Amino acid sequence: MSDFFAQGGYAFFVWGAYGMTALLLVIEVLQLRARQRTIRARLGRLMRIRDAGANDQ
Amino acid sequence: MALNWFKFASPASFYPIAGRLVPAFWIITLILLGLGLYWGFFETADRLGGSNAQKEYYRIIFIHVPAAWMSMWLYVVMVGWAAIGLVFNTRLSFMMANAVAPTGAIFTFLALWTGAFWGRPSWGTYWDWDPRLTSELVLFFLYIGYIALHSAIDDVRRADRAAALLAIVGLIMVPVIFWSINCPDPNQCAALHQRSDLTQIDANILFAMLAMTFGFWTYSFATSFMRLRGIILQRESESAWVRDLLDTGDKA
Amino acid sequence: MLRLFWCILSRDLTLALRRGTDVLTSLFFFVIVVSLFPLGVGTEREVLQTLGPGVVWVAALLASMLALERLFAADHVDGTLEQMLLTDQPRALLVLAKITAHWLLTGLPLVLIAPLVGMQYHLTGAAVGVMMLTLLIGTPVLSLLGAIGAALTLGLRGGGILLALLILPLYIPVLVYGAGAIDVAATVSVADTRPYFELLGAFLLVTLVFAPVAAAAALKISLE
Repeated sequence: MSDFFAQGGYAFFVWGAYGMTALLLVIEVLQLRARQRTIRARLGRLMRIRDAGANDQ
Repeated sequence: MALNWFKFASPASFYPIAGRLVPAFWIITLILLGLGLYWGFFETADRLGGSNAQKEYYRIIFIHVPAAWMSMWLYVVMVGWAAIGLVFNTRLSFMMANAVAPTGAIFTFLALWTGAFWGRPSWGTYWDWDPRLTSELVLFFLYIGYIALHSAIDDVRRADRAAALLAIVGLIMVPVIFWSINCPDPNQCAALHQRSDLTQIDANILFAMLAMTFGFWTYSFATSFMRLRGIILQRESESAWVRDLLDTGDKA
Repeated sequence: MLRLFWCILSRDLTLALRRGTDVLTSLFFFVIVVSLFPLGVGTEREVLQTLGPGVVWVAALLASMLALERLFAADHVDGTLEQMLLTDQPRALLVLAKITAHWLLTGLPLVLIAPLVGMQYHLTGAAVGVMMLTLLIGTPVLSLLGAIGAALTLGLRGGGILLALLILPLYIPVLVYGAGAIDVAATVSVADTRPYFELLGAFLLVTLVFAPVAAAAALKISLE
């Protein structure tokens, strides 16, 4: 197992490359999910405001 | 062919389709990446012989080459959508181009990063002015230029069209730029990278590399569709269908 | 058609020369950048001879790019540009005339000042001659390509820095072969610079045909 992580002494390079790839791809996905939630929340808020305004009249 | 393509070209009808496709693409992506990583790490030799011996660090190839391929392919896809948008004046095409650009920029950055981490053990330096690395750097600048121009213009219609035109000019210039980087002396072309020939690659390595490439491809589909849905919601927030959608509270 | 070209060209030249300083600022920018390099990297003769061709060309790229912002800006602010585009004259020709005027005011002075730079960097006479010729063929390409960027960023806040981001990558081929030719003339022989000039000439012809069309399309997008 530790042999696998050592990658013949090149662990820093192999895992440095794979680590950055994993990190960026995960960040991209998380950021996209967060953005989708923010947009929906904002639109929902806008609609509630509009509905409330309509009821008042 | 009674299929009406323009029906799908409207943001309202494509939004739910994209929503249904995203999970499917995620499943395929996970399978392909899992397969590629397993094959790349456990079914390939640790050391490669030959005239230019490569040790374990060659395994960076399984992300470096797919990332570089995707970075170039996504630029072509982006320009394709931008051109369709300019010609047919379809809103969805511009949104597609916009949705693809950040993913393309990320893959370009990853190709550079993994290239540096591969270059250090094999060439002895993180960065070399190797033609392909330099070309990749220029491609990164082109992506950044596209994204920067689009976000600098407030008027969406102008932003879409201006960025599209820039992308097309960029694509036309790309071969000239790459050629000039590759052959700074017109009489001879330099190359630090070895000439690549897919048929000379060991079958196991090639298999892992292709699995990773298709995995990155479906990943790009998934993330661009996710981003596309966000863009559609933002731009169409005033339209009736978005209001209906929020009223029914769909979960997708 | 030719009358339209001359009309716009002479108008732009007259307007610019009446103010005068616009021409001088980009010229002095070029001279200052080129003069600062030896202060940064040291004044040894060999170092300067190696760096000279590249420095001259990078400075030329920056000088021509900085001047680009003004290509359409003044006419855009006072509304002349929109009026010009509304006429039924060919747009690309109109843009070409403006680019030509712009190059005469910002590119040509660089060509003429080049011998001075050659002295600063101890370049041989042959290399200076080649340098002037590459600048003469190369700077119009910069103006032509840059016009597309200037049209796209028309009227945007922070347009100047954005323009640099968009346009500088496209300048790479001119930089590579422009500086390469001077280098070859200085280290090998003038006869070997021929392929470089053929390539630069090809760039000029191709951009001369396509860049005004693209810039006109960009202007249309920006003004809609």
